[in-house]
Amino acid sequence: MHFTPITPYHYLLLSAALFSVGVIGVMVRRNIIILFMSIELMFNAVNINLVAFAALYRHEVGQAFAVFVIAVAAAEAAVGLGIILAFYRNKETLNIDEMNLMKG
Amino acid sequence: MRLIWLLPLIPAAGAAVNGLAGVRWFGRAAAGAVACLAMLSAFAVALTASIALIRLPPEARAYDVTLGPWLPPIPLATAHGIGSFAAEWAFRLDPLATVMILVVTGIGLLIHVYATAYMMDEPRGGYARFFCYLNLFCAFMLLLVLASNFLVMFIGWEGVGLCSYLLIGYWYEKGSAATAGRKAFITNRIGDWGFLLGVFGVFHVFGTVDFHAVAQAVSSLPVEQSHFGELSIICLLLFIGATGKSAQIPLFVWLPDAMEGPTPVSALIHAATMVTAGVYMVGRNAVLFQHAPLVLAIIAIVGTLTALMAATIGLVQNDIKRVLAYSTVSQLGYMFLAAGVGAFAASTFHLLTHAFFKALLFLGSGAVIHAMAGEQDMQRMGGLRRFLPVTFVTMMIGALAIAGIPPLAGFFSKDEILLQAFSKNRALWALGSVTALMTAFYMFRLVALTFYGVYRGPSWPRHVPPAVGGPATLSIATAHGVRHPVDPDAHGLAHVPQHDLSHGPAHPVPIGPAAHAHEWHGPHEAPSAMTWPLMALAVGAIVCGFISIPPALGGTNALERFLEPSFGGTPAAATVEHARQPRADAEPATADQASNGREWALMLLAVTLAGAGVAAAWRLYVTRPEIPVRLAARWPGLHSLLWHKYFVDEFYGATLVRSTFASARGLWTFDARVVDGAVNGSGWMTRTVSWFSGIFDRVVVDGLVNFVGWSADEGSLVVRRGQTGLLQNYLLLIVLGVCVFLTVYLFAR
Repeated sequence: MHFTPITPYHYLLLSAALFSVGVIGVMVRRNIIILFMSIELMFNAVNINLVAFAALYRHEVGQAFAVFVIAVAAAEAAVGLGIILAFYRNKETLNIDEMNLMKG
Repeated sequence: MRLIWLLPLIPAAGAAVNGLAGVRWFGRAAAGAVACLAMLSAFAVALTASIALIRLPPEARAYDVTLGPWLPPIPLATAHGIGSFAAEWAFRLDPLATVMILVVTGIGLLIHVYATAYMMDEPRGGYARFFCYLNLFCAFMLLLVLASNFLVMFIGWEGVGLCSYLLIGYWYEKGSAATAGRKAFITNRIGDWGFLLGVFGVFHVFGTVDFHAVAQAVSSLPVEQSHFGELSIICLLLFIGATGKSAQIPLFVWLPDAMEGPTPVSALIHAATMVTAGVYMVGRNAVLFQHAPLVLAIIAIVGTLTALMAATIGLVQNDIKRVLAYSTVSQLGYMFLAAGVGAFAASTFHLLTHAFFKALLFLGSGAVIHAMAGEQDMQRMGGLRRFLPVTFVTMMIGALAIAGIPPLAGFFSKDEILLQAFSKNRALWALGSVTALMTAFYMFRLVALTFYGVYRGPSWPRHVPPAVGGPATLSIATAHGVRHPVDPDAHGLAHVPQHDLSHGPAHPVPIGPAAHAHEWHGPHEAPSAMTWPLMALAVGAIVCGFISIPPALGGTNALERFLEPSFGGTPAAATVEHARQPRADAEPATADQASNGREWALMLLAVTLAGAGVAAAWRLYVTRPEIPVRLAARWPGLHSLLWHKYFVDEFYGATLVRSTFASARGLWTFDARVVDGAVNGSGWMTRTVSWFSGIFDRVVVDGLVNFVGWSADEGSLVVRRGQTGLLQNYLLLIVLGVCVFLTVYLFAR
């Protein structure tokens, strides 16, 4: 059994796939919670990229940046969930199509 | 003596205590005690100061106290360049002021004590209010008499006017009392106008308002013997002020109406305060008035006419207090007659004696009214001497004193005035003597109608033991259950126990609004708080004449000599002294005896006239009571003229009051038409203009703003299609953009 070693290309592929899943999820789903989870997927795709290049260049800045991204993502989740809750209380729905107050 | 500035302050403090705290929290006893205590301490201070002053040698008998500056010096134009108008809180105690403070505090104290019992029926707050006003009255009067310049005097002058208004209108719910208060105040204001102009004139001529400085300045000026110069104008204006305060023609109309106040107020106004202010003011400026003989002549004539006119009115009036009121006007006329002939000391002497017997008579009449449960009409009295022995005896003394029967007080002072008038002008003396005759007549008419004859008043329930009522009375008082006569003013709860003592237990007190007035058990003597002041005043009315016995009777005219420094050693007094005083050393004995003989003759004539008046009153009202009715029927015109007080009130009403009302109505019309019209017109204009302005605002300004908004709205029709507000649309665009960008970046290079 021959195993190909894991190269940065693999990481990048995984990351690109994950990011695409996230983007598509945001674009096609109607439930805001799902949208939110898709956004998290995109964050993690970016994190994989960061960590991969950190390992490649043996430099710890990438690792640290990833940790920051996770922290910011947590904060964003808190704010975002709060907004969702308020929205739900007003509209009694989580459908993103109902969220068109900024319509011109 | 250093404490004389306390004199006005003590009653003022009493008034403040009663006025601020008393009307809410004090009982009757506390309010009365505060007021009486204030007067008592004021009297003590006055007495101490007077004794200290009398101990001084005659030429040093003046004491000045300056508390501090009042008005800072203001440069003002006078007749002699620019003067500095300044006033200080300055008081001056001299012999004249001494007499006055003793009268005000002494008689004021007795009246206060009397009022504690007389006003017992008032509600608590009203009782304290009454004593607050009484104290304030005395405070202002003391300020007036102790003032050492015109301005401080003016405060007191206005203050007594204010207090008279408050006290006469004390029963302000009674329309006539409120009207009488207003009348007193307005009439006084007319006099005050003259007084104030006189003060301005004094400053204009002398550049100062201090009495002493004015007297000194005026003594260097020539006497305005035959022309009516600036001094005469000043004196005339000041005298107009005096006529207002002292109720002389033409401003006497307020005094009889002042009877609407409670009786102690009448006593206070008529005896100790207020009406004496005018006489005092003329005496205070004796030197000034001496330099205006024409005005003195006017004063003498006005005084004599007032005395005569008031006495004639007093002959026919039936209201007991009204008779006394006209008697006061008449006696004040005497004082001005004395002042007018230059006998300021005699004027002050009469003021003093009059204060005693007039206070006595008023308080006595109050006791009678109290006994009759508010009845003031003498037609409904009679035979009261059995019921009111103390009141009867004391009022008899007062009547004898005012009638001028020797050796009571009125004899000496009135005789002095008539003597001085005789040496100046026989006509004035003759009119004065006629007035003396009438005085004796109307006073004894009052005594006869009130105390003699048969009882003519309302009857009362008969379960009274006959120990009090005489048989004659009981035979009249037959009807049962006669209600207590309407009694708005005088009847004290305090006497219920006394009734219980003298008449057995009183009826059960009815419940309801009239519950405070116990049932009336016929005329009864007043409580001791009322009789004691009467007795004290009676003693005063007997003895106070002796302080100035004329030399013809072996005396020394002590009061006149005491007062002389206050009048600046007036020339007129000097001539009279020259005519009759033995102590003018170079006098030949014969001339002295001749003048003594003349004085004796005058005295004998005066006493005869008084006796004739008494006898006539006795005959007309006791022995032959049908004569007055016949006389009135025979001369109905004369009787109605006197009964209606010469129609002076009607005349004033038809001329002055009506013209005032007419002009007020004219001004009101002007106000309603022109002023209100202008105001309303400008309001209408504002409304019209603002209507147009509103139209412009709505059409033009709002139109512009709306147009801007509308154009933005319409202009963005196409562009805003892109703004769907849907998150996913935007995201799609972003992703497409990224794809396009990447495509271009990767392949189109």
